[in-house]
Amino acid sequence: MNSLFTPLSWNDTGFILTGVMNTVTISVLAIVLGTVLGLIVGFIRAESNKLVNMLFGGLLDVLRSVPLIIQLVLFSTFVGAAGIPLDPFVAGSIVLSLYTMAFMSEVFRSGFESVPVSMQTAARSLGMNHWQTIYHIRLPIGLRAVFPSWLGVALSVIKDSALVSVIGYMELLRTSEQLISRTQQPLEILIGVGIFYFIISYPLSSYGRYVERKMAI
Amino acid sequence: MISIQNVHKSFGDLEVLKGVSLDVANGEVLSIIGGSGSGKSTLLYCINAIEAIHKGKIIVDDVDVHSKDTNKDKLRQKLGMVFQQWNSFPHLTVLENAALAPRIVKKMSKDEAIEIAKKELEHVGLGDKFDVYPTKMSGGQQQRLAIARALAMKPDYMLFDEVTSALDPELVGEVLDTLRLLADEGMTMICVTHEMGFARDVSDRVAYFHQGVIAEIGEAKQVITDPQNPLTQKFLSKVR
Ligand SMILES: Nc1ncnc2c1ncn2[C@@H]1O[C@H](COP(=O)(O)OP(=O)(O)OP(=O)(O)O)[C@@H](O)[C@H]1O
Ligand SMILES: [Mg+2]
Repeated sequence: MNSLFTPLSWNDTGFILTGVMNTVTISVLAIVLGTVLGLIVGFIRAESNKLVNMLFGGLLDVLRSVPLIIQLVLFSTFVGAAGIPLDPFVAGSIVLSLYTMAFMSEVFRSGFESVPVSMQTAARSLGMNHWQTIYHIRLPIGLRAVFPSWLGVALSVIKDSALVSVIGYMELLRTSEQLISRTQQPLEILIGVGIFYFIISYPLSSYGRYVERKMAI
Repeated sequence: MISIQNVHKSFGDLEVLKGVSLDVANGEVLSIIGGSGSGKSTLLYCINAIEAIHKGKIIVDDVDVHSKDTNKDKLRQKLGMVFQQWNSFPHLTVLENAALAPRIVKKMSKDEAIEIAKKELEHVGLGDKFDVYPTKMSGGQQQRLAIARALAMKPDYMLFDEVTSALDPELVGEVLDTLRLLADEGMTMICVTHEMGFARDVSDRVAYFHQGVIAEIGEAKQVITDPQNPLTQKFLSKVR
């Protein structure tokens, strides 16, 4: 029994943990960068005219519509061919962050646009200036409104980060693929990996549902 | 004193204010009545520079409201405004709603701002609601919060734009009582209203707006009970 369910030796622990850490690292990095960039782009889009919006919108549409795996391969092939040595972590982080930004910017944009103009007028009538109104009224109200959507994007980034394995980054999936080819025990390992993703994602998504319920009242 | 001098204002091709002149003395309560679309709200928005004007002048205490050199944010500190929609800030408690502007606009210390906010909330009868979120309150309570929030800036003038129109009928009274209280305390007020009883009893003068001009203005009781202009007569016979 024991040999069936613990097919890997304890020596593999470090290797697996590296995979776990790398998945967490690239996910957190992409979520943070994607959120910051998405906030900026989402704000610019909410504030600017049709023309600027169309240009931005087109670019973001491309990022959102082309499958991540293709963007990863294209990007690393392109920078490789251009003679710029980028290690898989850097290349993966750039692509995953931009991909995340494309989704986050839409989330934030709809958040900013959800704050009624009349509420901003009320703030101005109290003497708040343009930036005070943005910082104290529009930002906090808009961000609260889209928190559940933000969390949804963040969760899918954690899962999507598995795709960075195709360009050679040693995240959890690639780590497990290597173990599988050595141990020939795909089922146990993939179940373990699946459980890991579940353990990370489930508490976050239940927290999101909790917040959503709380805000709905 | 607020002095409105031959003000014209258009939205695109639509001229909404067609030469409005009006002086409001300190301590005076003026009610503005009139049909929908006659430009009542627009005039209030022009007084605190939320909307620009195209011709004429508005002077508040010797400050030319629409001059390029006027600091509009500073000017608005002395012109409190309350809207038909109460526009509570939903992410802040009642107390924080009222303390925000004193703190960030007037740069008061947190304690000072809180103290003023508490005083004004008690003033409008919300002394037991400090830590409640406004969305948990009735429309009438939220509207009183909006009044307290404006008062916390210690304005010299208050502009009210149909502050009871969006309320359930049973909540109108508590808000009108608050306005009456302010009037009794000597606040200078311009109230756009559909409440003819309030206009008659609380204001000193009433102005009747018709298609962007003041068709009649005079002592409150006279305009409401004995209007001279046929247009005013027609309007009043319809609303009553
Ligand atoms: N921002 C705007 N852009 C274009 N037109 C506007 C704008 N604001 C008001 N108007 C128009 O100006 C006219 C006067 O509007 P205003 O809101 O001042 O009327 P009002 O007297 O307050 O009416 P009500 O009793 O319905 O509130 C209306 O025809 C309205 O459609
Ligand atoms: Mg109006």
